[in-house]
Amino acid sequence: MASTSPSVAPRKADALAGSGPRRSRAEARSRRGAPRRGGIGWRGRVEVALLSGPALVVFVTFVIFPVILAAYFGFFRWRGYGVPTDFIGFDNYRWILGDPYFRAALAHNAFVVVMSIIIQGPVALGLALLLNRKMRGRSLIRVLLFVPYVLSEVIVGTGWRLILQPAGAFSAILEALGLDKLAHWDWLGSETIAPWTMMMILTWKYIGFAVILFLAGMQGIPEELYEAGAVDGASYWRMQFSITLPLLAPTVRIWGFLTIIGSLQLFDLIYIMWGPVAKFTGVSTMATYMVYEGRESNAYGYGNATAVILFIVTFTCALLYQRFVLRRDTDGALTGGR
Amino acid sequence: MAGKNVTYHTVSGRVRRGSKTQWGSPAVYFCALLAVAVCIGPVLFIILGGLRSNSEFTTSPAALPKAWKWSQYVEVVNSSDFWGQFSNSAICAVFTTTGVVALGVMASYVLARYPVKGRGAMYALFAAGLMFPLTVAITPLYLMIQAMGLLGTKAGVILPQIAFQLPITIVILVPFLRAIPRELEEAAAIDGSSRLGFFWRMVLPLSVPGLVTVAILAFVASWNSYMLPLFILSDTANYTLPLGVAAFATEHSVDTAKVLAFTSISMIPALVFFSIFERRIVGGLTGAVKG
Repeated sequence: MASTSPSVAPRKADALAGSGPRRSRAEARSRRGAPRRGGIGWRGRVEVALLSGPALVVFVTFVIFPVILAAYFGFFRWRGYGVPTDFIGFDNYRWILGDPYFRAALAHNAFVVVMSIIIQGPVALGLALLLNRKMRGRSLIRVLLFVPYVLSEVIVGTGWRLILQPAGAFSAILEALGLDKLAHWDWLGSETIAPWTMMMILTWKYIGFAVILFLAGMQGIPEELYEAGAVDGASYWRMQFSITLPLLAPTVRIWGFLTIIGSLQLFDLIYIMWGPVAKFTGVSTMATYMVYEGRESNAYGYGNATAVILFIVTFTCALLYQRFVLRRDTDGALTGGR
Repeated sequence: MAGKNVTYHTVSGRVRRGSKTQWGSPAVYFCALLAVAVCIGPVLFIILGGLRSNSEFTTSPAALPKAWKWSQYVEVVNSSDFWGQFSNSAICAVFTTTGVVALGVMASYVLARYPVKGRGAMYALFAAGLMFPLTVAITPLYLMIQAMGLLGTKAGVILPQIAFQLPITIVILVPFLRAIPRELEEAAAIDGSSRLGFFWRMVLPLSVPGLVTVAILAFVASWNSYMLPLFILSDTANYTLPLGVAAFATEHSVDTAKVLAFTSISMIPALVFFSIFERRIVGGLTGAVKG
């Protein structure tokens, strides 16, 4: 993640340590006492331990350690009882990668990643531009647009499943609009249509998050630039293209990062809406594959190996994205400790 | 309080809202209303569906309620299941939020303000957590929670939730804390304040907007979380609302209207909570996405 930070942090550290009279007094004290390593004295180090210790302990215990355990379990044939003993090396991985259903799930994840960016990005940008204008009723409109994002996947999934079922509300609305042919489509069950239905729901659900991020980014753009633009006689659209969009680019790139990761980990909505039939309707994901072929089939080693593959895929995508896209944001929130 | 707000605005370099708000053009309103309709249409279907009778769903799937059966809502509100799940969700969300904010702001303060070695590596560790989905860790996590004797307890849900919410919290808070001017720290030092004193008396009050943002994100994430409680909580008495909704939907799969009534009521808390704080979220993220 933070490829630049190790070289930058010490420089900043020196600058900080040299500032203010209190620092130099503290340094003088620490020079006599403990050897000065971080430049903040023993007292500073105790403070660092007290402040960051609890977060580190919780994080390592419940995030890092289980991930490492998953990698370990992935090498066993294991039903989840007792200690895993049946070591089978990379067999789980061979089976997973050879399973057409897993490859299909991987392809579905890739589809979600690409489509999320292509569909949600422009729509969210448009909405954010719209909501960034000063107009009456703006805060109400904002709150209403964020409603789908706030609701849990369970609620959303339950609702959409009922709306989209054959001869359900969606079909009735299409019929009322005179689109009889569309009304008879099997929105949830057809392998060709269901992936697009899924994209429609995902866009509906997560567009609010993109809009929130973009709005926040737009608020960080100095007002003076628009005033200068107005003085030069630039039109509204001209200003959006020449000021807003370029300055919003770092925010868009961070959104892209979060969207890619989120798309690769997609689970709740699919599990609620399609359940075990997901793999027959073209909407299974690596995560649903992991749960159904792993835990629900009592094949814990297999499930953990799937989790590891899911992690490797996510990690690779994140690193590539960071290397080729986020790198431009020298000061981006995700690029490192600075 | 007013003084603090003023400082915040200079910190984030932004004063928003003109003195008078105008009406936008009709085209703008048309687009906005269209978007709003798409966004809340399905939600309205759920809410109104809870007022219909089951036969209406087959005869006219997309119509307004004819029966207006408020009794279905009353039934949900009077059921002990709902309130049990509601309080389970509330307890999990409150403890998760408190834990994340407390641990997150302390660690972020170190990452933003202490010139220690290994700070970059520590930030990288937390930020890498964004790529460690709960999905990957869920099975080992389940076994760990079992070994700790926390299976089926709220603590077994709360602790991992805190851990998995820490990365995004820290990624948002670090730039926020870093934006507090160094002059303030120097002034505090001259007045004899230690780093911890500065943290307690200046950093915490100044970072309230950022804290509110991460608190809301943590609260909503916990309120809506499904996968972790699904694995950890097996006893229906301990179910949180999302599990309750899923179970109710399976149990009463023929009684569509009742399912929708239950679903509608369960979405109210998150909606209310979010509408109150919506503006704060955008304000708090401003510091973060600017970097």
